Amino acid sequence: MQDWLIRGGTLLDPHSGAKRRADIVVEHGRIAAIGENLSVKTPGIQCYDAHNRLISPGWMDMHVHLREPGFEHKETIASGCRAAAFGGFTAVACQPNTMPPTDSSEVVQAIMKRAAGLPVDVHPIACVSKKREGLELAPLFELAESGAVAFSDDGSPVHNGHLMRRALEYASTLDRVIVNHLEDQTMGTKGHMNEGAVSTRLGIRPVPALSEESMLARDLLLTELTGAYLHVPHISTAASVALVRSAKSKGMNVTTEVCTHHFALTDAAVEESGFSTATKMHPPLRTEADVEAIKRGLQDGTIDAICTDHAPHAAFEKDVEFTEAPFGIIGLETAWGLTGRYIIAEGFLSTAEAIFKLCVAPRQIFRIPVPVIRVGAPANLTIFDAETKWTFEAGHIHSKSSNTPFVGTQLVGRAWAIYNNGQMVTNA
Amino acid sequence: MDELNSGDLSQLQHRHLLGLASYSADEIRLILDTAKEFRDVLERPIKRVPTLRGITVCNLFFEPSTRTRLSFELAEKRLSADIVNFSEKGSSVSKGETLKDTALNIEAMKVDMVVVRHSSPGVPHFLTRCTKAQIINAGDGGHAHPTQALLDLYTLRECFPSVRGLKVSIIGDIAHSRVARSNILGLRKLGAEVTICAPRTLMPYNAASLGVRVTHHLDEALQDCDVAMALRLQLERQQASLIPSVREYHTRYGIKAEHLRRFPSFLVMHPGPINRGVELESEVVDHERSIILHQVTNGIAVRMAVLYLLTASADRVMRARP
Repeated sequence: MQDWLIRGGTLLDPHSGAKRRADIVVEHGRIAAIGENLSVKTPGIQCYDAHNRLISPGWMDMHVHLREPGFEHKETIASGCRAAAFGGFTAVACQPNTMPPTDSSEVVQAIMKRAAGLPVDVHPIACVSKKREGLELAPLFELAESGAVAFSDDGSPVHNGHLMRRALEYASTLDRVIVNHLEDQTMGTKGHMNEGAVSTRLGIRPVPALSEESMLARDLLLTELTGAYLHVPHISTAASVALVRSAKSKGMNVTTEVCTHHFALTDAAVEESGFSTATKMHPPLRTEADVEAIKRGLQDGTIDAICTDHAPHAAFEKDVEFTEAPFGIIGLETAWGLTGRYIIAEGFLSTAEAIFKLCVAPRQIFRIPVPVIRVGAPANLTIFDAETKWTFEAGHIHSKSSNTPFVGTQLVGRAWAIYNNGQMVTNA
Repeated sequence: MDELNSGDLSQLQHRHLLGLASYSADEIRLILDTAKEFRDVLERPIKRVPTLRGITVCNLFFEPSTRTRLSFELAEKRLSADIVNFSEKGSSVSKGETLKDTALNIEAMKVDMVVVRHSSPGVPHFLTRCTKAQIINAGDGGHAHPTQALLDLYTLRECFPSVRGLKVSIIGDIAHSRVARSNILGLRKLGAEVTICAPRTLMPYNAASLGVRVTHHLDEALQDCDVAMALRLQLERQQASLIPSVREYHTRYGIKAEHLRRFPSFLVMHPGPINRGVELESEVVDHERSIILHQVTNGIAVRMAVLYLLTASADRVMRARP
């Protein structure tokens, strides 16, 4: 195992926002020393120059699709983790819409086995319902025992209100959150983009904001009734933000996350790109007013975490008519640069606050220990800056798929390296 | 939005006709003026000019269409183009070959222009990314049908001194209508005032954002209008709970002979095909104030103009290359 002297960087504590200049010595995967101008005589140690760079505990993307098992032509656990490492993440939580679905401890363990030894920790999210069909409760206790950090039927909603109530009740005794992909399909009649002035101009069958909001309202009432833990994934509308804000003010156990594309783009991108399928995802890109509400929600703490909903699809699957294309875009590689440009540079969050939402909050929500930078602790680090302006190019894509609308986009802030599980992964 | 620029223009600034959104008022006028010349050709005993000799046009129709396909074919023949037709039902998924592969095959056959009709919005834009051929949109889902709007504008210019200030009411299933969307764009660019009329269930979300007056009462739409453009009602809207019954739709939104009597000046248009007794009472279709068949004849001239002008713009683009 290579030992490292990470020299000249500035440590950033996401809890307090405190910064201090310090070198870090990593030996056998653990932090051996922290201090200014460390001189190290360990034989064979390698030096990483972190001047002008920040170092925080490693980040986590709590919403990614690694597609394995079943859809390895889109992404594998290994390729998804390469994309995560490039994006500055030392951990991801992967969604259960695999084939077979992640509804048994065998699949949970298979995913964890495939991920063992990678520099990125992979935390499986398991299904709420058997076969992800929304009918019968999956064995949540067994799934949690095997390592599932949360439960979701992501890709599909838990439509049945009774099942949602029982899932909340059952999971609360395991101290785990239920994550419900909000999409009342009786409201959003097979739409392809946000319902708004743009869908009206383009004549594309729309998904109303209400299909997210009405199901969220139900879930919040169920959460209040049961006193359980609800995590709201990929929140995308102004009314949803308001609903979560009000639930939090009542002291309910509700948390939420936003995807980077939902604050970087609006539904205008569908029109401007000439119906590019790289602008099609669920929930869809929304309006200016929704983006503004999301930024305010991040600022006032209504929105706890920033994620990507990294959803790889092979080129041949996306290179079709807009209405035939599957939903989803990749996001791991662009997450930090979009946060820098649209959230930090615009003054909605400080760098430390943004790192909190990318590092601490996701792990707290999923009951995963948050890494610390302390002598003796396992080294789990992200080395980054919040200033570098760079243009995202196809060559930066490490995912197996390249379905992103951000090629050619200027980003602000870049992740330069991660260290985790005894491995350093550097970019450029 | 009301682009009333009037610089002298002799060529289109576009390689494709994907929709009217990016076309200026001057470009639209250029097409209509050019169509006037071709309209005269259609009255000659030998209705053929050699303008597009050596140009190959593929009519790529993924949706059943009689009138638009025939109209394009006739326009291409009148211009002496070589024509290949390709009709395929259903989506790429159901037929097994992707649209991109179909496009690449057509590209490999060295086709110069593709006229495309498809049920999915944005397919013409998609094709511009798969082939070097010039693309003409002959209707893409609920998005656009620019040549229909152009032939409607042409017909209006025949019947009225100017489109500017004209009051046009579009009545029917606006939510799903590419004809309505393209007409709204074209009419507004040339300075007409547009009213749309439908039950709320057949209106798109925030319909007023299209820059039109919105009403849900037929009398309000017909009062003071110069032209009433009725849209075809797809009979399957009933199953989708958008209208309770065709009978009720006809009662409240069908244009009837009594409307022609009560409002004595407006002309009647329809993009076809007509459901007699649904959006138009049969007597209205055949009435002297109906100009529906003029629309059909003018369609050929307008499509000739589009084909001709786009070829000319492609020539210019080619010449500009080193």
